[in-house]
Amino acid sequence: MAFTKEYLAEQRNMEWRAELRSQMKNKERTEIPRVVMPERDPMERAKKQRVEVNTGLSEKQAITEAKRCMDCVNPTCIDGCPVSINIPKFIKNIERGEFAEAAATLKETNSLPAVCGRVCPQEKQCEESCFYTQKLKKPAIAIGYLERFAADYEQESGKISLPEVAPPNGIKVAAVGSGPSSLAFAGDMVKLGYDVTVFEALHEVGGVLKYGIPEFRLPNSTVDVEINNLAKMGVKFQKNFIVGKTATFDDLKEQGFKAFFVGSGAGLPNFMNIPGENYNGILSSNEYLTRVNLMNAADKSFDTPVLLGKNVAVIGGGNTAMDSVRTAKRLGAERAMIVYRRSRKEMPARVEEVKHAMEEGIEFLNLNNPVEYFADEKGRVNRMRLQKMELGEPDASGRRRPVPVENSEYDVAADLVIVAIGVSPNPLIPSALPELKVSRWGTIEVDKETMQSSIPEIFAGGDIVRGGATVILAMGDGRRAAAGMDEYLKGIS
Amino acid sequence: MNKILTKEKFSGNVFRFEVEAPLIAKSRKPGHFIILRVDKKGERIPLTIASADEEAGTITIVVQKVGVTSAKLCSMQPGDCLADLVGPLGKATHIGKVGTVLACGGGVGIAPLLPIVEGFKKAGNRVISVLAARSKSLVILEKEISQWSDEVIIMTDDGSYGKKGLVTQGAEEIIKREKIDECIAIGPAVMMKFTSLLTKKYNIPTQASLNSIMVDGTGMCGACRVTVGGRTYFTCVDGPEFDAHQIDFDELIQRLGGYAEEEKAAFEDYMANK
Repeated sequence: MAFTKEYLAEQRNMEWRAELRSQMKNKERTEIPRVVMPERDPMERAKKQRVEVNTGLSEKQAITEAKRCMDCVNPTCIDGCPVSINIPKFIKNIERGEFAEAAATLKETNSLPAVCGRVCPQEKQCEESCFYTQKLKKPAIAIGYLERFAADYEQESGKISLPEVAPPNGIKVAAVGSGPSSLAFAGDMVKLGYDVTVFEALHEVGGVLKYGIPEFRLPNSTVDVEINNLAKMGVKFQKNFIVGKTATFDDLKEQGFKAFFVGSGAGLPNFMNIPGENYNGILSSNEYLTRVNLMNAADKSFDTPVLLGKNVAVIGGGNTAMDSVRTAKRLGAERAMIVYRRSRKEMPARVEEVKHAMEEGIEFLNLNNPVEYFADEKGRVNRMRLQKMELGEPDASGRRRPVPVENSEYDVAADLVIVAIGVSPNPLIPSALPELKVSRWGTIEVDKETMQSSIPEIFAGGDIVRGGATVILAMGDGRRAAAGMDEYLKGIS
Repeated sequence: MNKILTKEKFSGNVFRFEVEAPLIAKSRKPGHFIILRVDKKGERIPLTIASADEEAGTITIVVQKVGVTSAKLCSMQPGDCLADLVGPLGKATHIGKVGTVLACGGGVGIAPLLPIVEGFKKAGNRVISVLAARSKSLVILEKEISQWSDEVIIMTDDGSYGKKGLVTQGAEEIIKREKIDECIAIGPAVMMKFTSLLTKKYNIPTQASLNSIMVDGTGMCGACRVTVGGRTYFTCVDGPEFDAHQIDFDELIQRLGGYAEEEKAAFEDYMANK
């Protein structure tokens, strides 16, 4: 569903874009320094769970940043975007002050722009393939900040444009799970005229965007606006419904569903299986974040409890680990620590998240690995034994392998330990479909182009296929699956 | 929203509810559980399904007032709606023709035992049920269990009904009397622990249905971790039933108390402001 080169050229040759290009010399454009995202003061924000860290660009800042973009003949940035946003077109719309038009451009291919503008690792995608990064060796255009600016402008204006939707074709399709892959899938399918129902097991729609990512990084209200847009376009949402359990795939086929997209996520947290790991006070990042984000456990007027810690250790170095440790800090931890077995350089978390964590006073115990936990007489963890690590040869992931340093164990006080070392695919769907082909890790095997599984009417994407990735890669899968399913359904009708 | 249709008081703290849930009534099997949320600020709690009426589109749950959520639930009336109800969750009980089945239920654990007893009886087994509770008023569902049992033995701690003694005493009498091919134990963790120790002594395969702490109930959070045979399992997706002789009951009991302080404080707060 990516745009053709001809279409992009045609759009670029439109009069207004040519006019904008002529207004300023490229040399002048490249001399503008990259905008800095305004942020709340670290000491102030580290006390509040629901206050966003980044406050967003002003109109003036956005227009100036948009001027840096040279509207390249060959926009390589688009190749770096998993959902193929027409990046120069939206940025040039910002430059000329047509912010609503910029938002509409985003929504041509991205059903969740306000989300992606906040949580995408742009530095590894569009911004990495930007001409500035590649050829000028200068900081890239702040594409992510601009995406957020345009999407927020539209949300705040209250005048939200909906993408064009084809006349209903009456064909029922389902998405299983309501996270980013399913929402992207649903957005594309409803635009094509399909009758789309999204089934969600929890009592809230949004998947990881709701239960996982904290509000200081992605406010729930931002997610809800985008979900409401999908509902206005005609997508139906069914909460508290587990496909394969509440009703089987066959039951749904009897109700007229012709094809299914499975975006059920990688909802099975990994643990290290070390001694003492089942003591109270040791929990998965999924549990901790779900209690705080989805169940509002830190708010006394809600019934769900959450354990608070004075010395909180979060095991892992990814974005989820950063989300967990920064949440612990906000809930009052005196010492909030990351325990990571490699060094800062190998950390999978986004640079921005690590920077924010450091500003907020998070301690980093890098090149350390827990080997055992100890508890008090009630069974609540009170101490962890860490082993020092050093880096050896690169492993299959290309990162240098952590190697334990002998006789380096030492103990650190910890009364809350959050394990954020990754997730495994959720077994519910594969166990409901014995004939579905899965890998030995439990991920669903699909055709990489069409996302079709071994069962023709079942498509899949996101973490249930990838085993653990990003919001935007999941959305890219959802879009490819929509295109693949559309082709498949046209073929059989 | 799931409407409460009927409410029956078993004792001061134990109630039976019949709740509208047509899809679950149709798809549930013995051993399955549901997760519900009382209201928009409520927590998600797991409850095993006691019975279901597919035609009426209802399921039955039995609730004991122990904390904020169960107290809120027990104060609800027919016509009220639960904010959320999802299921059926967990793996269904493996029911086959094994010969003679000994079904041990303790307290509100008798409720989830009911569909399993029914299942084993319908599969052609001889079923002997041992129901145990602190005192007479806490012995629930005796009539329903009797309907699917060849024999029912009642045990109470205080001797106010049936025989005086623990579930294990009743069970051991049966085990000594005749050959038991399989045992099912559902109830408080301590009761299951001692039932398991008893049947291990006699080499009787035993299943226990665990009531671990859960949040989502779909495998996502891992709050319900339990050690079985030295390996960690998730009660929600791998259970709720496991080989009782392999379960680390002491760890289970410790983990059930993982939020005890928070729960106690919240309950006191709730009762004070009621």
